Formats: sequence, C-alpha cells, structure tokens
Amino acid sequence: MDEKQTAMLEATPEQLLYARILEMGMYFGLLILFVTFGLYAFGILDPYIPLDKISNYWSMNVHDYLKHAEIKAGWAWLGMIKYGDFINFIGVAILAGVTIICYAAIVPTLLKNNDKVYAILAVLEVIILSAAASGILAVGH
Amino acid sequence: MRINGKLWTIILISLFSLTLMAPPAFADVSAEASGGHVWWFWPLVLLIVTFIMGIFAVLGGVGGGVLFVPIISGFFPFHLDFVRGTGLLVALCGALAAGPGLLKMNLASLRLAIPVALIASTCAIIGAMIGLALPTNIIQISLGVTILGICVLMLTAKKSTVPDVPKADRLSSALRITGVYQEASTGEIIDWKIHRTPLGLAMFIIIGVMAGMFGLGAGWANVPVLNLLMGAPLKISVATSKFLLSITDTSAAWIYMNKGCVIPMMVVPSLVGIMLGSFVGVRLLKIAKPTFIRWMVIGILAFAGAKALSKGLGF
Repeated sequence: MDEKQTAMLEATPEQLLYARILEMGMYFGLLILFVTFGLYAFGILDPYIPLDKISNYWSMNVHDYLKHAEIKAGWAWLGMIKYGDFINFIGVAILAGVTIICYAAIVPTLLKNNDKVYAILAVLEVIILSAAASGILAVGH
Repeated sequence: MRINGKLWTIILISLFSLTLMAPPAFADVSAEASGGHVWWFWPLVLLIVTFIMGIFAVLGGVGGGVLFVPIISGFFPFHLDFVRGTGLLVALCGALAAGPGLLKMNLASLRLAIPVALIASTCAIIGAMIGLALPTNIIQISLGVTILGICVLMLTAKKSTVPDVPKADRLSSALRITGVYQEASTGEIIDWKIHRTPLGLAMFIIIGVMAGMFGLGAGWANVPVLNLLMGAPLKISVATSKFLLSITDTSAAWIYMNKGCVIPMMVVPSLVGIMLGSFVGVRLLKIAKPTFIRWMVIGILAFAGAKALSKGLGF
C-alpha cells in the first residue's frame, strides 16, 4: 500500500467535520424529541388537540385536518409550542435542520482546500434545503 | 440450534403479530373505526408494528421508509398525507443515525454524495409538491405500482461487489469522485472510481421525485444506480445511499412538515419502534438466514403494494 492509498483510506477533514456535526445534531434532536414527547404523552403539558380527540383527525387529509383543528401550516407551530403536541416540533425541526448546518460548516474547509466546485455545490444545497425549510414552497390539495 | 430456535420464535411471534394487525386491512379502516378504541390504541399498535418492521428492514436489507409507507397506509386508519410525512421522518432518522459512522469509516463518500444529493434533494422537493397536489387515490395507485415495481427490482437486480470500471468518465474525473477502501473480510485495498456519471445523475432526478412524492426512503433505487450503473463498489454504494437519504429526505420532510403533515403521536412511536427493531435486527443478523428473510420482506411488500393499489382503485 503506497502513501497516497494510506492517506485516501482516511476520511477527508470536511467529511469528518460533517460527520461530527451530524452526530451531535442527531443525538440532540432525538433527545429533545423524546423529552418533549414525554411531556406530551404523560399529560405534563396540555396538548392543543386533546389526546382522546386525535383519532378524529389523523384519518382526514391534511387540508381538512388543518381546517377542522384550526391549525395554520408552515412555521405557525412556533407560536404554539406551549402546547404538548406542538412542542414536539422542536425536535423534528432539529433533526430536519441539522443537514443544513453540516453543509454550511464544510464550506470554509472546501474553500481553504481550493475546492471551489464543491464549495459552490455545498452552498447551493444550503440554499435548496433552506428554501424547503422556509415554507415558501408549500403547496397542497 | 438453540439460537436458531430463538430466532424462529421471534420470527413466529412477529408473523403472528402481523397477522393480528392484518384484520383492519380487510375492513376499510376509517375515523369511525379508530374512534372505537382508546386514544393510545393506534399509537401502541404503531409502536409494535414498526418494531417488527425495524427487525425485518435490517434483516431484509431494506430501509424502514419503504416498508413503512405501504404497510401503514394500507393497514392503519391514518391518512396517506400523514403516513408520508412520518415515513420521511422515519427514513431520515435512520439515515441520520447511520450517517456519522459511515462517514467516519470512509465507507460513505461525501465526494460522491454531494453532487448526487443536490439533484436528488431538489427533485424530492418537486416530488413532495406534486405528491401533495395530486388527489390521494392517484398517489395511492402510483404508490401501489411503485411498491410492486420495487418487488420486481428486488427480485431481479444483481449486485456487483466491485464493478469493473475501466476508465472514469470526464465528469467524475473533473469532480475527483474516487476513493480507496479496505475490504475488512479480505484486507484487500480497493481503489474505486465511477463512470457513466451524467446518466447516473439523471437517474437521481427520478429517484428524488419518487422519494418526495411517496415519502419513501430511496435506498432501493440509490444502491442499484450507484453500484450497477455508476460502478461504485457495493459497500460504498450501500453506505453512500444510506447517508444520501439524510439529505434527500430532509428536503422532502420540510415540505411535508410545512404543509402540516406531521402528527407527533404518529411520528414518535414510529421512530422508537423502528429504532428499537433495528437494534434487535442487527443482533439477529448474525444468526438469520438472509435469503429467507429477503423473500419474506418481498412478500410483505408485494402484499402491501397490492393493498395500496386496490385502495387507490377503490376496491
């Protein structure tokens, strides 16, 4: 095995950085999700939709669910995190958002290595995922 | 022998449980039916079924998402909108859990994943938007056809441990998509490169759209494209595919979440069930007979696909 092969067996610095952030975000997101679900399921925080009524909603399509439950789509859940059910969205948002942070974090390393093409691709991915997360792309029934 | 006995006991219990879960499939489960139970009945059943699903997903070599969406939408009272939203989060969390380790071991290649993910995640957004705009029965029919297609793919697709790539194509050379890994079983050092990159990237347009539209993880399609078409070694393909899901499903998951398709009482029991099942599955992997399990997974998928199709057609 030559030196080049030995070096290539190891993950690149940006790959390791990405992995570390992904790991931290995943553990943090899951921890928050499980804690907040505990607050919800054990009745420590009152839910917006009472637990015994929830089965009335999950068989509706999302349009009817939002209408009948009087819930706004998008980031409106941020204004409802005092409720046991909506506080769970914090964990979900962390899990769905960690990839954006990973991509943003590797851009400086890519630029430092003069890997401009991949830096541009990473920035584009941040833009795409941020657009999805922003809610501006929402459509529906 | 004793271990095999234990394995068979677990499988039989799992099958028995699945059979118990099946009756709602034959009745058209609606809000009325779910209203007949205490509120925690369906979340508990969801937890049990996803636990079993997690075991089978690992043993059958498929992602949790591809089992979750057809089975849960077919046999549970939840609307397909919420099942797809939850399915994406299930697949996403599986990928998030596996991703860091695969990247650190250099089995998942960030260099291979970045251009592929950009296309797949963009198209997953488009797929999610299409999926949420179309009538449910059309999506249900398309889902049934897709799942049956996946069964055919699983039955017919070959795998190549280290595909022969005589020469890297110009695009992959320009992007420096190449790597080295050590095959743990033989100690052999494998230098890998890829070819047919433009065609492979084009395939991820379709894969992304389907992942977003149906809320499926797309490992079933990622691996054949990366391995057979683009020529990445099987281990690199499987690992990169798993990691890719963390990006593709992120984009689609945001669309579903912003649309309101996330109900925590469905998401958390599903995540816990799949994760616990996966832990058990990994332990059973040493003693399981993969061929038999794979056949069983294909059988379950075919049944769920047929159910989705019949539901969409209104039978």
